Amino acid sequence: MILVWIENSGGQALSVSWETIGVARSLAGDAPVAAAVFGPDAAAIGEQAIARGADQAFVCDHETFTAYRVDPHASLLAELAQAHEVTTVMAGATTRGTDVLGALSVDLDAGLITDAVEASTEGDSLVAKRPVFSGKLVATVTSPAAPHLLTIRGRAFPQPEPDESRSGEVTAVDPALSEDEIPVKETGFEAASGEISLADAAIIVSGGRGVGGPEGFEPIRELAAVLGGAVGASRATVDAGWIPYEHQVGQTGKVVSPDLYIAAGISGAVQHQAGMRTSKVIVAINKDPDAPIFKLAHYGIVGDLFDYVPALSEAFKKRLT
Amino acid sequence: MRVIVCTKETPDTAAAVDVVEGKATWGDAPLVINPWDEYTVQEGINLKEQGASTVTVLALGGEDTREAIKHALAMGCDDAALIADEAFAQVDSLTVAKGLAGGVRQFDDVGLVITGKMTTDANGGALPVQLGRLLGWPTVTYVAKIQSFDVDGKSITVERLVEGGRQIVTAPLPAVISVVKEINEPGYPSFMGIRKAARAQYPTWSAADLGLDADLSAKVDWTNLEKPPVKAGDAEIISAGSVQEAAEQLADKLMEEKVI
Ligand SMILES: Cc1cc2nc3c(=O)[nH]c(=O)nc-3n(C[C@H](O)[C@H](O)[C@H](O)COP(=O)(O)OP(=O)(O)OC[C@H]3O[C@@H](n4cnc5c(N)ncnc54)[C@H](O)[C@@H]3O)c2cc1C
Ligand SMILES: Nc1ncnc2c1ncn2[C@@H]1O[C@H](COP(=O)(O)O)[C@@H](O)[C@H]1O
Repeated sequence: MILVWIENSGGQALSVSWETIGVARSLAGDAPVAAAVFGPDAAAIGEQAIARGADQAFVCDHETFTAYRVDPHASLLAELAQAHEVTTVMAGATTRGTDVLGALSVDLDAGLITDAVEASTEGDSLVAKRPVFSGKLVATVTSPAAPHLLTIRGRAFPQPEPDESRSGEVTAVDPALSEDEIPVKETGFEAASGEISLADAAIIVSGGRGVGGPEGFEPIRELAAVLGGAVGASRATVDAGWIPYEHQVGQTGKVVSPDLYIAAGISGAVQHQAGMRTSKVIVAINKDPDAPIFKLAHYGIVGDLFDYVPALSEAFKKRLT
Repeated sequence: MRVIVCTKETPDTAAAVDVVEGKATWGDAPLVINPWDEYTVQEGINLKEQGASTVTVLALGGEDTREAIKHALAMGCDDAALIADEAFAQVDSLTVAKGLAGGVRQFDDVGLVITGKMTTDANGGALPVQLGRLLGWPTVTYVAKIQSFDVDGKSITVERLVEGGRQIVTAPLPAVISVVKEINEPGYPSFMGIRKAARAQYPTWSAADLGLDADLSAKVDWTNLEKPPVKAGDAEIISAGSVQEAAEQLADKLMEEKVI
């Protein structure tokens, strides 16, 4: 059995969890794929997981899962993995997915492969490729013996469409830990502003030092809004205090992999590239024809972003309304 | 109460990394303290103002690692320990965590272990939680701010960055946290600090010294290393007459790419 930890964000599964089910299906052969869903509306999400390709689901809608803490998730996954003949446990390579499978690797004394962009089986081995050295190299990582633990990078694999005709068993399970056994307590949560988060965005429009100041992000925000995308930024602008750190793309910011990445006024330093080089289509707008970003970009415009970014917003408004 | 900060050496992030005979190489670019760990080390030092008595830098690695230790000492750590053993030469993150857990257990007054978010070479990110789970201590990752560090009450309250917002959590000490860039501004080593660090004496432990005779073999191996496929050629430059024409052209091309 392959067990897939579904990341439940307030009663909704993240899309990377569906991508993970797709990968699990391709690795499982004849073995079943089971979804593990903990937290609010777990049973409903379990049904959705089956529609996306799981054969069955273990669900636990217990209040210990309402606020995210790593321990209850890892302990219940460990119980499930031990109770069923689980060869592989998978999750999305998000902050929580890395946490949960990291802790599980200790309980199962099993190897963990994080952030895979390709995965296959060879006999009993699990073989995956993952970017290392901030995307400058790709490592092939082999886990020779089960249990294997694998997290997959978001948007690196296709998302299976839901098939409502699929059916499977949804089994309610008890939590492994009671509240008293969980040392970490949540005392507050500040939701990020309504903006689309970088991690989920299919389109990202990023500004660099070329925007000149905090107000220079206005045309960037406008284009992002027209495209329904998120706003990214280079470290230079974050360090200058023009935009909060949450927006930083790159080695010391977020690693993103959208369908479209538009870099305006960004030179394309290696540390910035580390965060966005796997984007499907990259567009660069920069005054300097020799800026390194043009080596990475698929399309480029040499010119002033304050001319071209608003013009692009206008051009897309026409096409998208 | 002692605070332990964990760090290792990584090649300078600006280095051109290549593969020679299956191994990563970076020419004569220097090895530096893992950039994420400048925040790690600085946060440990900052906690001295909140009652931490000693800040110890702990690293696992080869001789090169002494440079990272020196950097951390020069920034202001009080003492250090290096775990160096052939047994750790080719291992995965879980095994490194076992080694570091063995190192942490050498001290009996540890209140907090701080690590970085990830290393810039292996890009793992699971080590902090592995270390915490091995020690049996609560672990809180991606900490952007320590709201309170209560040495007497033995508890810590932190803000952590998660998808969708900031979570505020409290945990009893001893605990393990990993920190992100936002948490502080790392200072530069002072001249005095550098001189002191150059003379510092600290223990070097083997696996046996730490009582780690059990199986330390890696559960996963890097079986190949390659350069990612390079994109053919440079960008297609859109250079239509007017700004509007160029924007229209680019918009059409992006619609054709079906990315919008
Ligand atoms: C350890 C380490 C980690 C780092 N991590 C990151 C990271 O996570 N993310 C990151 O981004 N950087 C990171 N950096 C910094 C990185 O090296 C660069 O300094 C940074 O990315 C530069 O940002 P920038 O492209 O906005 O600025 P610059 O390099 O100054 O580039 C500005 C560009 O804007 C162009 N420009 C100016 N005006 C206009 C205009 N009106 N219209 C169009 N173009 C214009 C210029 O031609 C230039 O190319 C890191 C560095 C180190 C050492
Ligand atoms: N060999 C090591 N020695 C000491 N600390 C380490 C070592 N490897 C990783 N760490 C710590 O763990 C953090 C996360 O690393 P990783 O999960 O390996 O990417 C780093 O920022 C360091 O603080």
